[in-house]
Amino acid sequence: MPKKVENVGCPYCGVCCDDLVVTVSDDGKKILEVENACAIGNQIFHHATGGERIRLPRLRQPDGTYKDISYEEAVDYAAKVLYNAKKPLIYGFGSTNCEGMAAAAKVAEKAGAVLDNCASICHGSSFLAIFDNGYPSCTLGETKNRADVIVYWGANPAHAHPRHMSRYSIFPRGFFTGKGHKSRKIIVIDPRHTDTAQMADIYLQVKQGHDYELFDAFRAVVRGHEIPDQVAGIKREQIVEVAEILKKARFGTIFYGMGLCHSDGRNHNVDIAISLTRDLNDFTKWTIMAMRGHYNITGPGAVWSWQYGYPYCLDLTKRDIAHMNPGETSSVDLAMRDEVDAFFNVGTDAGAHFPIDAVKHLRKHPWITVDPNINMASEISDLHIPVGIVGVEVPGIVYRMDNVPIQYRKVIDPPEGVISDEELFERIHQRLCELEAEETAKEGAKAAPEGVRAGSEP
Amino acid sequence: MANRITLNMITQRSIEEGVAMEKGKTTPEYFEACSIIEMHDDDVKALGLVPNQLVRVTSECGSVIVKTVRGRQSLYPGLAFIPQGVWANQVVPPRTQATGEPQYSGFPVTVEPVNSERRKSALELVQGAVGMWRGDQ
Ligand code: SF4
Repeated sequence: MPKKVENVGCPYCGVCCDDLVVTVSDDGKKILEVENACAIGNQIFHHATGGERIRLPRLRQPDGTYKDISYEEAVDYAAKVLYNAKKPLIYGFGSTNCEGMAAAAKVAEKAGAVLDNCASICHGSSFLAIFDNGYPSCTLGETKNRADVIVYWGANPAHAHPRHMSRYSIFPRGFFTGKGHKSRKIIVIDPRHTDTAQMADIYLQVKQGHDYELFDAFRAVVRGHEIPDQVAGIKREQIVEVAEILKKARFGTIFYGMGLCHSDGRNHNVDIAISLTRDLNDFTKWTIMAMRGHYNITGPGAVWSWQYGYPYCLDLTKRDIAHMNPGETSSVDLAMRDEVDAFFNVGTDAGAHFPIDAVKHLRKHPWITVDPNINMASEISDLHIPVGIVGVEVPGIVYRMDNVPIQYRKVIDPPEGVISDEELFERIHQRLCELEAEETAKEGAKAAPEGVRAGSEP
Repeated sequence: MANRITLNMITQRSIEEGVAMEKGKTTPEYFEACSIIEMHDDDVKALGLVPNQLVRVTSECGSVIVKTVRGRQSLYPGLAFIPQGVWANQVVPPRTQATGEPQYSGFPVTVEPVNSERRKSALELVQGAVGMWRGDQ
């Protein structure tokens, strides 16, 4: 009899829906039905057993084709690429569990690599703003149970986080929000009149790239100052009207997205969004939240901050002495300056999602892709190592967009022989240790650096 | 009627792109979801475009051929949209304002109709850019 698995987590977007019901065939090999997921979540589960999967690592041959090799050979190849590179870049982790991220960090430290995640091209600006200005945030549960005013700014959840509005913001009936949608005001601010804007009580079509000015105008009005007749394409009366709604809310949340992070101003747009949130807390309770994209892209920030003190753009070239400086140690900037000499694309697709100029620079050097599926990165790699799909075939911890950790489960086994990210990185780490030991045996231990160490006798 | 106009380009996720991406970036669904451009009707008229006409989009760092479509969202005149993905990234400038984040939203492009050209596949664009394209396989 087919088996129903309940409370399954969805490994796609940062909403991390954990109420999916997945029906699996008798033999536990095929996914038959997925309930409660949106169109994208559905696709992930069906794709896992629906199409052809890559079951063995593939190594690029001189004629440009791929040849299947064993995991052992792939681990050896990957470790040697890392060992021989002066400054490898290990990037991605949009679709991995925290266990895999921790194992990859061990590899990065051993290899003296730069370790970066998709936040680098996504919500990295949010980190910069949060470092500078704090993060008056909340959990999605608090928004659901308390919020009577919701702002979506530069975010289009109808497309990017399809169940965000029904689970947490606009529609659900919460503890203090028993009337659901009826008791909430929805404000959408975006240069595009999107499907999300269709849901809004008030929509403001801000001029693209002028969000900062509009935030500034809101701050001025909230603090009782005059503003010009029009700011960033929005009339003064509308700004005043919305400012009054914000001030009179019982509890509000600003959800913001790439419209702020990808436009001119980057972190400064987020910074002033946080400042407006702080200002509003003089009147009532306001919170702000980044609409993190992938289901566990919040994960590397949590894991690596715990391991090294920094959430992304970690330069580990000095091994356990980490430093972080976006602009300098960020993947796209490193690529454009040709400062890395090997590239690991892990659980993401830099081939499709980096500007093509950055792809061209990175491809001058060895490129290895670790991903369950064929994607653009795998198709320009020297080596493609398939792994199990987290949340479908591999269990593990993921962090939801509001920094709440959730234990994901697996519903089926990975294709025979296919290993997890975590096991792969553990094995690469092991091989790196062996390579180091072999070298030390040949050359003798490296002399300790000259100089006086802290704590040593003068 | 203008031969070419300059617009402000933004590239962001669409649900069609999200669904198609999970199916696979070499599928026809991904091709149709991402190799498109949306503009305001005024700009479509200014270029004299008919629905589904192909246009060349050129930025400071490259160009790409995409199909003009009328999406569900609406943009104001002067703003253009290509869904996030392979075609958008042929023209996204890699400049990051020292944050690591490329200029995915808000960069100038010129848009002009083309007649005898075709949209390239995702693989042809990406493998072609790095000298690995071996023709239709
Ligand atoms: S909203 Fe996001 S997490 Fe929920 S089912 Fe859809 S893709 Fe999955």
